[in-house]
Amino acid sequence: MITIKDYIIKRILLGVLLVIVVSFLTFCLMYMMPGDPIDIIVDRKVSVERKAEMAHELGYDRPLITQYFDWTNKILHGDFGNSVRYKSKVTDLMLARIPYSLKLCGWSMLWELLLAIPLGLLCAVYKDKFFDRFTVNFSLFLTAIPSFWLGALFIIAFGVKLKILPISGYATAAHFILPIATTVLGGMGATLRVTRSEVLDVLNEKYVTTAYAKGLPKKVVLVKHVLRNALILITTLVFMSIPWLISGAVIIEKIFGLPGMGNLLLNSIIVQDMPVVQAVLLLITILTVICNLLSDIIMGILDPRIRLSLSGGDN
Amino acid sequence: MSEELLRLDHLSIDYKVKDGYLSAVNDINCVINKGEVFAIVGESGCGKSTVAHSIMNLLPGGNEEISGKIIFKGKNLRECNQKEMEAIRGKEIGMIFQNPLDSLNPVYTVGSQTAEAILLDKVDKTEAWNRVLKLFRDVKMPDAEERMKSFPHELSGGMRQRVMIAMMLSRNPELLIADEPTTALDVTIEAQILDILIQLKEQFNTAIMLITHNFGLVAEIADKIGIMYAGEMVESGDVFEIFENPKHPYTKLLMQALPSGTKKDGRLQTIEGSVPRITEKKPGCRFANRCPYAKDICFNETPEAVDISETHFCRCHMLGKEEF
Amino acid sequence: MENNSKWKETLNECRKNKSFMIGLIILISICLVAALAGVIAPYDYAEQYVGERFMAPCAKYPFGTDQLGRDMLSRVIYGSRTALWVAFLGGSLELIIGVVVGLLCGFFGKWVDKVLLFMTDVTWCIPGTILALAVVTILGKGLTNSIIAISLVAWASYARTVRAKTLSLRNMAFVETGKAFGESNVALMFRYILPNIVPSLIVLVSLNLPGTIMSTTTLSFLGLGSQPPSPDWGLAISDGISNITRAPWLSLYPGLALVYTTFGFNLLGEGLRDLLDPHMKSQ
Repeated sequence: MITIKDYIIKRILLGVLLVIVVSFLTFCLMYMMPGDPIDIIVDRKVSVERKAEMAHELGYDRPLITQYFDWTNKILHGDFGNSVRYKSKVTDLMLARIPYSLKLCGWSMLWELLLAIPLGLLCAVYKDKFFDRFTVNFSLFLTAIPSFWLGALFIIAFGVKLKILPISGYATAAHFILPIATTVLGGMGATLRVTRSEVLDVLNEKYVTTAYAKGLPKKVVLVKHVLRNALILITTLVFMSIPWLISGAVIIEKIFGLPGMGNLLLNSIIVQDMPVVQAVLLLITILTVICNLLSDIIMGILDPRIRLSLSGGDN
Repeated sequence: MSEELLRLDHLSIDYKVKDGYLSAVNDINCVINKGEVFAIVGESGCGKSTVAHSIMNLLPGGNEEISGKIIFKGKNLRECNQKEMEAIRGKEIGMIFQNPLDSLNPVYTVGSQTAEAILLDKVDKTEAWNRVLKLFRDVKMPDAEERMKSFPHELSGGMRQRVMIAMMLSRNPELLIADEPTTALDVTIEAQILDILIQLKEQFNTAIMLITHNFGLVAEIADKIGIMYAGEMVESGDVFEIFENPKHPYTKLLMQALPSGTKKDGRLQTIEGSVPRITEKKPGCRFANRCPYAKDICFNETPEAVDISETHFCRCHMLGKEEF
Repeated sequence: MENNSKWKETLNECRKNKSFMIGLIILISICLVAALAGVIAPYDYAEQYVGERFMAPCAKYPFGTDQLGRDMLSRVIYGSRTALWVAFLGGSLELIIGVVVGLLCGFFGKWVDKVLLFMTDVTWCIPGTILALAVVTILGKGLTNSIIAISLVAWASYARTVRAKTLSLRNMAFVETGKAFGESNVALMFRYILPNIVPSLIVLVSLNLPGTIMSTTTLSFLGLGSQPPSPDWGLAISDGISNITRAPWLSLYPGLALVYTTFGFNLLGEGLRDLLDPHMKSQ
């Protein structure tokens, strides 16, 4: 018999396995690139002899697997190596950048949920009415616009023409309005449509009819029975969308000149600052795995049916 | 005599569909008195459930057109607004459904779902909880106290239907609409649920509108019976009159189709064909194409309801004209 | 004769399908612009008129000029060639990888299948942009490399469809007959099964192309795809944002062209889906 605890442990083990695979692939990035890894680390001007010496010092002449264990061991102690470009510790670089990304992604997520879920619920309740059609089509339209162009349009409208918001930078809260608005408007369409279709599915459930038959007022039925049940799937999808939000942040940070993790990753790819690229990629994939894990676990907690099917032992 | 509780007066329900309309219910008239069990019998797809849901104003969709009156305690429910309807649902009319698993919210315990209804009457939580416990005992729920904390999927089909009955009787409604309450259950469980319904009916003097395709059930519990075919009530009357003296050919065939001795499988396997979809208004008896006694008139003129006795009517052209 | 009327019927059905027709017209217009770029573009896309930098839209330069004094209209017109090249190369790469892998998995099943399912799961849960960035890191920047990167990320959806269809076709009578005739596995896959999947593939390609164009343009916008001075809408928008206070129109027109193109592909895809593969709609 599998309990919810066993299920969570199993999921965590699977997640750890995935992290190991991904970390190995990330580690190998450097070796998959054309040329000698030492050329990436050091300056071009350095002599061949000195390079060989350095390669030995850094352990590049050891077997790949030894190097990998060495690398992970260091990472587990919070050491991601040194940036080639900035000549400083990757960990410090990232710690300086994370707050900006967190600010952007956190606020975007919050606003997206605050807007998309109630709108999705209303669209489902007023299905095929003008409100529903307008909202759904408008969100589809916004999703079809590439975020980098949407951002550009916002800058033109609010920054250049109306001059009410700053265009680029990160000094004040006002600097974050346009980036957050771009992320939210570009991303809320998906959440809105998921909420709408999920609520529509739940509205067709018999237990909603039962709730009405009991004499519950419409508002109570919609919130306590419809939204509560629809939220099971919505929550898991929201968690799974976090990695996408972060990858979208790469674009948003570039448009608005925010010095977040996305910007760091992008600049490091362009100048081939491999230790930084590896560290950021690893962090994002680990975050992805964690988000997927959390969404599974939350689903198990929110939906008693899953708890039962687990204890029933068919998984 | 007995007091009138619910009257359906020329009730018709059409669904708008892509190519016109679909007549789900046509010109239904019937009366349910206080404390009485009225059974509506018919094949699947004949509009029984539509009638039941329309009384509660719980038809899904919003593409239906209703005409006629639904008069409950002298008030036309069709003229009630949302607020008034919410006050009637659960409090004055309860409803239980065919599939008790789908009908309970999977994420709340059955106890709290039942208490939710009681709490609408402004009672405090402990009081509500105690009443749920009493109700669960009334419906003979085994381990009532334990079961209140269970989720619907942890219960068997019979237990779930007990929860539904408890939930819908929790506010002592005067009318309980039971839409195929035992169809999804085993025969033994069916008998138990039936016993509970009969007992509660006597205890609380609740009128029951029983919707079923099972004649066996009707014989055991109903006072009056209405037989529906393709959205029309073709024959209606006192249960003894109908069983002893069925007039409509459809009723007769239904009774022949009933295997004697067993209750299960009262389905209609011996009537050729199936219920037609009525998509245009044209005169004629809706049963004509399957009726073994059909004459030309049956295809060309709509039969009127003819009273056989004070409590018995039938819609058939051949009534009294032919011996069959 | 009969064949002729059948064609007419198909043609009529196409005509009745609004999204297909509008999408087709949009695409034809883009193809014409791309083919005739040399004729209709007023200037060369790379020619710099140093004295006329940041010109606002006017009669001489309808879309204005950029930071190097290049005519925006000509750059947008030539950009359509880049977009179509992306659609062609990216679409073909995704299709080839997806079809081969999907056929192998559906036909042989077992561990081949398991490996594919694992890979599609991985590409499904890790955001495409991040994966593509990782691939570009290995391959280096450039338009072709970024197209390859996007295709390496996007093939999974084809593979999944082809696999599912192959699974359902694998045991059909006509394949069994082929087997009985001693046809090789390769022949069975490509001559017996593949032709039956073609309609779904056409639909799938046209539905996926807007995504491919968008992703590749995104990489160009990020500076990892097309390199200057290539005419690329993503690159142009990026340049436009850098100079947005001086010349806001620079990021406007390339974006319009991009949205117009993806919109056309989307409509065409939806129209084709309704015409060729009505079942897909419910999925």
